[in-house]
Amino acid sequence: MKRYVWMILLAVVATAVIAQELKPANVVAISAKRFEFTPKEITLKKGEPVTLHVTASDRDHGFLQEDLGIDLDLTPDKASEITITPKTAGRFVAICDTFCGSGHGNMKMVINVVE
Amino acid sequence: MDRREFLKISGMSLGAGALISVAPAMGSPLGQKVRHLFRRQNGEDPQAFTLVQLSDAHVGFSGPPNPTGTKALEQAIDIVNGLKQQPDLILFTGDLTHESETPGEHAKRMQTFKDLTSRLRAKKIMHVPGEHDAALDKGVLYRQFFGDPNYSFDHKGVHFIALDNVSRGKPIVGADQIDWLKKDLARFPTTAPIIVFTHRPLFDLRPDWEWFTRDGHQVLDVLAPYENVTVLYGHIHRHDVHETEHAKHYASKSLIFAFPDPTTAGDKKPIAFDKDNPFRNLGLQQITEKRPLLVDDIELTLREFSGTNGAQQISRAGAFQ
Repeated sequence: MKRYVWMILLAVVATAVIAQELKPANVVAISAKRFEFTPKEITLKKGEPVTLHVTASDRDHGFLQEDLGIDLDLTPDKASEITITPKTAGRFVAICDTFCGSGHGNMKMVINVVE
Repeated sequence: MDRREFLKISGMSLGAGALISVAPAMGSPLGQKVRHLFRRQNGEDPQAFTLVQLSDAHVGFSGPPNPTGTKALEQAIDIVNGLKQQPDLILFTGDLTHESETPGEHAKRMQTFKDLTSRLRAKKIMHVPGEHDAALDKGVLYRQFFGDPNYSFDHKGVHFIALDNVSRGKPIVGADQIDWLKKDLARFPTTAPIIVFTHRPLFDLRPDWEWFTRDGHQVLDVLAPYENVTVLYGHIHRHDVHETEHAKHYASKSLIFAFPDPTTAGDKKPIAFDKDNPFRNLGLQQITEKRPLLVDDIELTLREFSGTNGAQQISRAGAFQ
């Protein structure tokens, strides 16, 4: 009987460990259209992986934040994703780097990374 | 005269854009000697000439930051035409026009720009595109009106390079153009005086305002062996002077509206229009008797002790208008 208990306990622990390993990163959805990103600001935790799921609703855009390793080309027919693990706390501004018209120069969003 | 005095560039606040005067001293025996040295090393001996840089006219733009349309550009043309010594070259550093997605409208704006600038007495007018000219259609319309967005030419001992960092839709020069640049420069010794003109800054001036070129550092790496590189650019709608390791970078003011100081302003918003002084912050100023033209000290001097002979960077003591 004891043997079975130990086996069950082992299986539970192993499952928990595997589940932790396979736990998907947090996903943050971001949408882009001329000349704004929604939401305008997000907050991430330093050291925690997060997947940015970014869509464009009207035309091609870019999504660039070099310090965080973000560089996506967005097209309306397909979502783009990138998983990052922020290494530094701070305030980072992501911009659209694909020219999209007169208001393009102010198309940006803020990514806060906190401890 | 020592070698440092051989070749000088004077910058004049002529009231519109930047007037740059290249003036080698050729009268003295030493001047002749240095001139011959340049001819042997660079293929062409420097001769006196002037050029004017104009930028960011945004023909077709209308809005609160400037409801006067093309008035500043037209006045700039009049001022340049009024110069006693006509410039050899006019360099337009991008955003000649403001984009429009109404069919046919952008072409009309480009034609208006060409019609207006055809009034210039100086006939050697060179352009590079800005993103408002060429980013939405990847430069198709721009090429129809103005030809290739990147090219090079020599003028009186100075090598000019037009770089396109807008028509790929992103703030990049691109690997193919960087390869072209390497080949273009290959025939020159490192002493050759070089003026690059482009739209966006080639260094990170303020990336969150898109005041940068993503692969600008690669361009500067290619230019790094050359001792005498000056970069003229627009895009930022304000005057700026910046020095990287091997080059000096100068931004010319706009002919439509101004942006604030990026070191103090939080947001990139145009400076409000002042109806009593509509051109106050533009690359255009009324010249009056009370405010005469100013000549700043700009030097294009020889590197006497560098181990090579060549023209040094332009350095400006005063600000261009």
